[in-house]
Amino acid sequence: MTTLLRGGRVIDPSQKIDDVMDVLIEGNRIAATGRNLVEDAKGRKKDPGLTVIDVRGKLVVPGLIDIHTHLREPGYEYKETVESGCEAAVAGGFTSIACMPNTNPVNDNRSVTEFILRQAQKAGLATVYPIAAVSRGSEGKALTEFGDLKEAGAAGFSDDGRPVMHAGLMKRALEYAHSLDLPVVAHCEDWQLSKGGLMNEGLVSTELGMPGIPTISEDIMVMRDILIAEYVGTSVHICHVSSAGAVRILRQARERGVRVTAETAPQYLLLTDEALKGFDTSCKVNPPLRSAEDVAAVRAGLRDGTIEVIASDHAPHSAIEKEVEFEYAASGMVGLETSLGLSWKLVEEGVLTPSELIARMTVNAARVLRIPKGTLKKGADADVTVIDPKKTWTVDVRAFRSKSRNSPFNGWKLPVKAVLTIVGGEIKYSEL
Amino acid sequence: MKLARKDLLGIQDLSVEEINLVLDTADSFIDVSTREIKKVPTLRGVTVVNLFYEPSTRTRTSFEIAAKRLSADTINIATSTSSVVKGETFIDTARNLEAMNPDIIVLRHSAAGSPHMLSRAVRQSVINAGDGAHEHPTQALLDMMTMREKKKRLAGLRVAIVGDIAHSRVARSNIYGLTKMGATVSVGGPITMMPRFIERLGVEVHYKLEDAIRNADIIMMLRVQLERQDTNLFPTLREYARYYCLNRKNIGAAKDDVLIMHPGPMNRGVEISPEVADGPYSVILEQVTNGVAVRMALLYLLSGGKS
Amino acid sequence: MKKRKVVMDSEGIERSLTRVAYQILERNKGVEDLVLVGIQKGGILLAERLGKKISRIEGVPVPAGKLDITLYRDDIMKSGRARQLGKTDIPFSLDGKKVVLVDDVLFTGRTIRAAMDALMDFGRPKQIQLAVLIDRGHRELPIRADFVGKNLPSSHSEAVLVRISKRKTSDSVTIEEAF
Repeated sequence: MTTLLRGGRVIDPSQKIDDVMDVLIEGNRIAATGRNLVEDAKGRKKDPGLTVIDVRGKLVVPGLIDIHTHLREPGYEYKETVESGCEAAVAGGFTSIACMPNTNPVNDNRSVTEFILRQAQKAGLATVYPIAAVSRGSEGKALTEFGDLKEAGAAGFSDDGRPVMHAGLMKRALEYAHSLDLPVVAHCEDWQLSKGGLMNEGLVSTELGMPGIPTISEDIMVMRDILIAEYVGTSVHICHVSSAGAVRILRQARERGVRVTAETAPQYLLLTDEALKGFDTSCKVNPPLRSAEDVAAVRAGLRDGTIEVIASDHAPHSAIEKEVEFEYAASGMVGLETSLGLSWKLVEEGVLTPSELIARMTVNAARVLRIPKGTLKKGADADVTVIDPKKTWTVDVRAFRSKSRNSPFNGWKLPVKAVLTIVGGEIKYSEL
Repeated sequence: MKLARKDLLGIQDLSVEEINLVLDTADSFIDVSTREIKKVPTLRGVTVVNLFYEPSTRTRTSFEIAAKRLSADTINIATSTSSVVKGETFIDTARNLEAMNPDIIVLRHSAAGSPHMLSRAVRQSVINAGDGAHEHPTQALLDMMTMREKKKRLAGLRVAIVGDIAHSRVARSNIYGLTKMGATVSVGGPITMMPRFIERLGVEVHYKLEDAIRNADIIMMLRVQLERQDTNLFPTLREYARYYCLNRKNIGAAKDDVLIMHPGPMNRGVEISPEVADGPYSVILEQVTNGVAVRMALLYLLSGGKS
Repeated sequence: MKKRKVVMDSEGIERSLTRVAYQILERNKGVEDLVLVGIQKGGILLAERLGKKISRIEGVPVPAGKLDITLYRDDIMKSGRARQLGKTDIPFSLDGKKVVLVDDVLFTGRTIRAAMDALMDFGRPKQIQLAVLIDRGHRELPIRADFVGKNLPSSHSEAVLVRISKRKTSDSVTIEEAF
């Protein structure tokens, strides 16, 4: 099967392309990227079925990658399944997603990793990269079988929401993962400092009388993991950066050549702790929404490349976890279906160019996970996302493909929408 | 002149006019409680639900008496377990309650923001009877009523609030109310009990008791939560009492006619010495009396506020 | 322009009150056990003035109190908003007393119903009588006044405005089209 995406504005930061051209897909590979490929396509006699899709006025980008999601299967299928998560992914323009191990049972062994991959294959939508646990049961005590997990298909290691408090264990994990050439993905939070906290510690928490999570609980762990990585001589990836301190520490580390990568999420770029003033549990997230100064610093870090990836931290929760008192509500918000539109607001506001944004959602993300994705180079997997840059739409959580509705962005008007998502040469989502 | 709102969730969103209206109305209700027949038919047929997720005999009784003196029917629901434990959501509980069609729900909850969540979920008026460390608006209103009664004004008063400011809903509501009404508020206590950026709420911050209460017209001592000893907010109760217990000696820093208030229940010998607690400047019992009047005023104003 | 007509001027009001004062004394055979209670707000000054007249005639002071009936109204929950409360001040016992309730205008009778309920909560009067400056008709309850300054037939669409002030010269009763 051959598909020609004709006349779109192709933005492929991996090749520094930002130009109007065609993209030719043959089978599950990118066959060519260039001008006027119609004749070229027709000339390929071996392909009787040529589909030409007119994407003039649209953006054609490498399939988007979200390296931080929670698919909840196995164990919490009432919140999300691998299939429903993948449906949400392709509707949001994502062709590859990584999922965190905090399932039940925890993804700390080959059978869970294989199960997730099997469910993903059955769903046949986006490519799923399971992140396995650093420690057995994510209990922070004993390392999981990194090698076996890698063979089973794990793409990296993290204890995610249950941060590795034990510095010695973290050192071992970084060393061991380094030998397997897989990333360790760190949720940086010092539990001793954040214990009992419900929101960012600051003026708003003081006003609301809610126990605070100080930024230093994040900063200290970012610093610790950077120091360990630096000492061991390996890389480390820092999840969902939310504080000005973390950005500063990251910037300094990169300046002295530490191989640290970092991501942030749209909520840390667009919302502040002021959003908590109505005690809306959909705004409860970990790390918490921070102050305006923190948001400004995270934006600056994203802009100057200190933070090179945007991930959604898609964390589905049902009414049982969210329609409860703020204190008892679970942390997290869904993001796969809003991530692109929300992130594009930074383009509108002049923080990032379209190409810079796409890099942070494609090639940079692929580099963190060390996967051969995020590019439209000839021969690459034919993962392509087409974005309508003029399609404004209003977020309606009831229309989500995700099983969960926990988004604080309900009712927000977003500037762009993914209208065509192609994974491995096959159309998995289309609004065209 | 009206309280044009469905709920009373906090002092922070009240205007000066609204606070004055409540206090003036409460003054009128003092009469009712001193008559031989302490009951008026005003809220006949109105049902008030006291939904208490946190034990509080004092506040619950005060609301119950207030409702009964207005001829409303009261239903007390005391539950120590959160809806979460029972496997239903808070919103489920709210909707069940709503289906029973009460008129006013008085909610006390250990989790901040619960009244706000309840008010969004139900049509009925919600009165916050204390939510976590957030607000305790009726307490602040009765405190302000007592201050106004004794000092004939609120503007220009110096009010010291001493103790665990970080974990006190009474402190927050009083800070919001008093600063709005033109009083000067100083907070005192160990720095570990001061929430971050508290000074941005327009209060003076002191870490020495004498500095906090200097020239004060009113001293409000907060209750030390004894279980907080474990969280290292202070080393020992003994050390806390040594530096922050209001006694006959250090009270000399305040004005001669200073009034002592306490939201109760007191730990005599910890934050307040017995001779001060039971001394001539203590208006702690007047606070209780005014509490009923303030709650009658609110039930009345919120009932009539519906169309 | 609304149509407005003055139906009583200050002298007319004064004459009516004098007559009502005599009627009260005649009916009660003096001032023994007699107290006056003005209903907030229109009845307060009237009660005071009646009290003074009676005292002047009899040479003995007559106690006068104030009654706010807001908490006894039957339309609190229907009015759309809570009314501001007035002051109730009855600094004497009502037990065994002949109470003359005083109000400016008697209309539906609902205010008087509320006032009687309120009085009962303050004590056990021997009798309750009613004195009003204007009786404009349209009763909705079986209530009638014992003493009336002036009967003023009116329609529902009209408003009767009584102005009584400390300075008697500007007192008046006017009737106007309400809409």
